Amino acid sequence: MATTSMTMAKALNEGLRRALEKDKKVLLMGEDIGKLGGVFRITDGLQKDFGEDRVIDAPLAESAIVGTAVGLAIRGYRTVCEIQFDGFVYPAFDQIVSQVAKLHKRSDGVYTMGLVIRLPFQGGIGAIEHHSESPEAYFAQTAGLRVVSCSTPNDAYWMIQQAVEHDDPIIFCEPKSRYWEKGEVDLDQPPHGLFDSVVRRSGSDVTVIGYGSSVKTILRAADTAKSEGYSLEVIDARTLAPLDLGPMIASVQKTGRLVVVQEAPNTASLGSELIATLSERCFYSMRAPGLRVSGYHVPYPPSRIEDAYRPSVDRILDAVDRVMGYES
Amino acid sequence: MIDEKLVQLLTPEGERISHPQYESSLSGDEILGFYRDMVIVRRLCNESTSLQRQGQLALWAPVQGQEGAQIGAGRALAPMDFTFPSYREHGVAWCRGVPPEDMLRIFRAVTTGGWDPQKYRHSVPTVVLGNQALHAVGYAMGVQRDGAEEAVMTFFGDGASSQGDVLESFVWAASFNAPVVFFCQNNQWGISTPSTLQSKVPLYRRAPGFGFPGIRVDGNDVLAVYEVTKRALDNARTGNGPTLIEAYTYRMGAHTTSDDPTRYRVDAEVEVWKHRDPIERVKALLAREYRVKGSTFDEVTAEADLMALKLRDDVLAMGPPDPISMFENVYADVHPLIEEGRREMIELGISGGAH
Repeated sequence: MATTSMTMAKALNEGLRRALEKDKKVLLMGEDIGKLGGVFRITDGLQKDFGEDRVIDAPLAESAIVGTAVGLAIRGYRTVCEIQFDGFVYPAFDQIVSQVAKLHKRSDGVYTMGLVIRLPFQGGIGAIEHHSESPEAYFAQTAGLRVVSCSTPNDAYWMIQQAVEHDDPIIFCEPKSRYWEKGEVDLDQPPHGLFDSVVRRSGSDVTVIGYGSSVKTILRAADTAKSEGYSLEVIDARTLAPLDLGPMIASVQKTGRLVVVQEAPNTASLGSELIATLSERCFYSMRAPGLRVSGYHVPYPPSRIEDAYRPSVDRILDAVDRVMGYES
Repeated sequence: MIDEKLVQLLTPEGERISHPQYESSLSGDEILGFYRDMVIVRRLCNESTSLQRQGQLALWAPVQGQEGAQIGAGRALAPMDFTFPSYREHGVAWCRGVPPEDMLRIFRAVTTGGWDPQKYRHSVPTVVLGNQALHAVGYAMGVQRDGAEEAVMTFFGDGASSQGDVLESFVWAASFNAPVVFFCQNNQWGISTPSTLQSKVPLYRRAPGFGFPGIRVDGNDVLAVYEVTKRALDNARTGNGPTLIEAYTYRMGAHTTSDDPTRYRVDAEVEVWKHRDPIERVKALLAREYRVKGSTFDEVTAEADLMALKLRDDVLAMGPPDPISMFENVYADVHPLIEEGRREMIELGISGGAH
């Protein structure tokens, strides 16, 4: 297996390049994605190589980026929409929820909404307001949408290609705080299916589930926990809606304890959904209530204090201590 | 186009009038065909209103008064053109070949769509105001990339003209020179909201500000609507960019069967528009200029009545779908969580699971 080391940003760029090469019906559309290469440079160089008709610099209107991608999908194109930042997706919310999610159903299956909405999400980059949000639950609750998130460069490279090829509309959540971290990318073979949840580290005491930026934080917590004598099983959810429950159920049945980590606030969150669903399905295996380590129920704070808001190794370990404290 | 005057080729009395830029290209037979279309669509509309009143439809959105705008626009389309309607485009759907019973499925609440949009090249109804305008522009951008000589037309009303999606679609269409025609039926009312609250300038005059022409046509003059729309579609097809057509018309009925227009508009206004009826003026023209006989008009009426009878039978025969059908076409593939719902429904005996 030949691998190459690259950042997540570069992996996404290479993945998009391959998607554009493979299928001439693939288009990219977004704000500043052409000459600039996007504010995060994810599309760097792609307009130069594939032309302005395929890598489309959009006027600044998110609803139109998504709404025209719907029309392009009806015409047989597969558009990858770049939403510049999580906090700017809301103007497109109506199109995503009312049209993107429902047109396959409304047309009795005649239309396929094969489009990808890329969403740099979560915080941790010291940004100003509206640049650090975690809106995934808004989309996860909408039937017809699929929500996925990558946590490593290898996943980023493959998941973006798999998302482009899939016939469902996909909200593709990219943890922007991990854009510049390097990892090994296997250019020959995808590591997993697009909608698979994956055990990143095996353990026996507590199942800790996260996605996006949280996965790395959880792995760090698992290192520390190990030195304290606790064995954490770390699951990268990867697909947030609909969920891939199999690996999670197997894990919770084994460990009997569950912690979910997310940057979004607790209320009606992915964490809420995971704990409710896994409690329903693993009740007799569970030795403690599932706990969430989340953002607080406050607007995303000024970034000088965002570290106090985002789940940290310490807060994860505190939750681990608490679920371990229910020893029966 | 800064001319405030409507493009009109036929007065409410059925007299031809000339216009410096447009003249009617239609033969007597074609005009009779349009007359037939309009009579059938009005009959369809009246039958549907009755069906709603009799508890057979959940809702109906009457098109009465707008038949001229919709038939003129619908008949101007070429077969390969694609259309994106809102929810009141029964006349356009008729022109595209959508069977009347399929138009009523959504109002019978047995589906959220109703017909195969690719077969008729007429998209499914869009209820959220203005969403479809962006779909039309996106589709048109696809047409452009395919190098196809096709035009795209989208329909919305004066109410939707205030929606961000419609205005964003103007920006996109202009910037990308998309082969699209925006057909705005200004029927003067968005439920109870008068069009004067939507815009302080005539709607067609918004277009030049976005960088493409706008034109106001008498929406109750099917001859004028046809010519104006045909030219706009030709311009789109030949790379000359988008056009906004404001078809100036009137919603003679309620917004929907749930509405009561007597609470917000005066009878005198409705009376004025009664004299501008789109069907009567064509009938007068046909009788005077083409010597069409009373018996021919009677035949059209009889055909419309037959259509209505069949429509009634078809609608009454439309039972609710098996509840299990709600699990179909949610995702492109089978998903275990969707399957769980399906299984539960069968286990609880809510559905026999025929699907």
